[in-house]
Amino acid sequence: MLRMSIGHTLLGLLESGPRHGYDLKRAFDEKFGQDRPLHYGQVYSTMSRLLKNGLVEVDGIEPGGGPERKRYAITDAGITDVERWLATPEKPEPYLQSTLYTKVVLALLTRRDAADILDTQRSEHLRMMRILTDRKRKGDLADQLICDHALFHLEADLRWLELTAARLDKLAEVVAK
Amino acid sequence: MTPSGSLLVAEGLRKTYGPTTALDGADFSIHPGEVVAVMGPSGSGKSTLLHCLAGIVPPDAGSIRYDGREMATMNDAQRSALRRSEFGFVFQFGQLVPELTCVENVALPLRLNGTSRKAAERTALSWMERLEVDGIGKKRPGEVSGGQGQRVAVARALVTGPRVLFADEPTGALDSLNGERVMELLTDAARSTNAAVVLVTHEARVAAYSDREIVVRDGKSRDMERVV
Repeated sequence: MLRMSIGHTLLGLLESGPRHGYDLKRAFDEKFGQDRPLHYGQVYSTMSRLLKNGLVEVDGIEPGGGPERKRYAITDAGITDVERWLATPEKPEPYLQSTLYTKVVLALLTRRDAADILDTQRSEHLRMMRILTDRKRKGDLADQLICDHALFHLEADLRWLELTAARLDKLAEVVAK
Repeated sequence: MTPSGSLLVAEGLRKTYGPTTALDGADFSIHPGEVVAVMGPSGSGKSTLLHCLAGIVPPDAGSIRYDGREMATMNDAQRSALRRSEFGFVFQFGQLVPELTCVENVALPLRLNGTSRKAAERTALSWMERLEVDGIGKKRPGEVSGGQGQRVAVARALVTGPRVLFADEPTGALDSLNGERVMELLTDAARSTNAAVVLVTHEARVAAYSDREIVVRDGKSRDMERVV
């Protein structure tokens, strides 16, 4: 997962209430870090960047010192930033699922419309598929095969997207636990 | 608000079958020459929407205007005439008449409208040529492949020069190569005659032949062009 989306993911996790750094890391690892847990260093460098940009604020510091003792809260600007990130479709590309999955889970956690995110993404994929289909119609066999390769990958993403859309209610139950 | 220049506009369509709500306030609009994909999961109401738009099934509530005329004010005979002369239909399985030859199948809508056999078959053959199936005119549907049969069905749907073509999963029974060729020929033919195409499909590769898509979920429609 890219650095940018770690920031947005941590922000999204803060939306349900202020958390300490170590608590944020634990929540991230539990929900999204199946194969790659976050390093503490990543959490603190990300949080200091978010702090500098006014997207989070320090809500309290527990005695004992150390960066992990800070409690962070999301600001209004932070909520707007998460909102914008969730609403912006990802550029269609292979292996998009982990980012999309994160967006869907965060939308459910923050009681936003997850189906909306999937609809917007489907539309973005279809836009790309229309361009490729048009290129294929006008091109030679080599163009057709190259475009077909891309089309099949995009189609696979969309099949995942449709299955996820059909399972949103179940997923909502799972992430609420 | 009515999208200006639309040929077919539906607003607030509702339809229930017993306890099941098939449409729950769906909207739709299409311009001449436009291909609009209607997408959504099975049971979302997309086929019901197509049936209402085509005047096959009356909605319980809401309005459908075709070329400025309110469909609810037409009687059955007027709606049948509309379907026969202004609309064309392609379904997943060609639904060709097995006793007739392919060219007779394509000519059938013209014959029903009173065109002479000779003139009807001449027009039918020119459409079969465009759909690349002019070589099988004398065969019966049972003697041709699925892909050929579906092209015959597309030719039959277009032979009367309809202003709206309704296609419900038109490639659902074909392999991907045949399916794509049918979509290419169908959309080329429709665009060349400025016909609007309402394309119901759950396949993204088929929807990629459209100009835009609407998504139907739980009987409600979402026009993605106006959202993004």
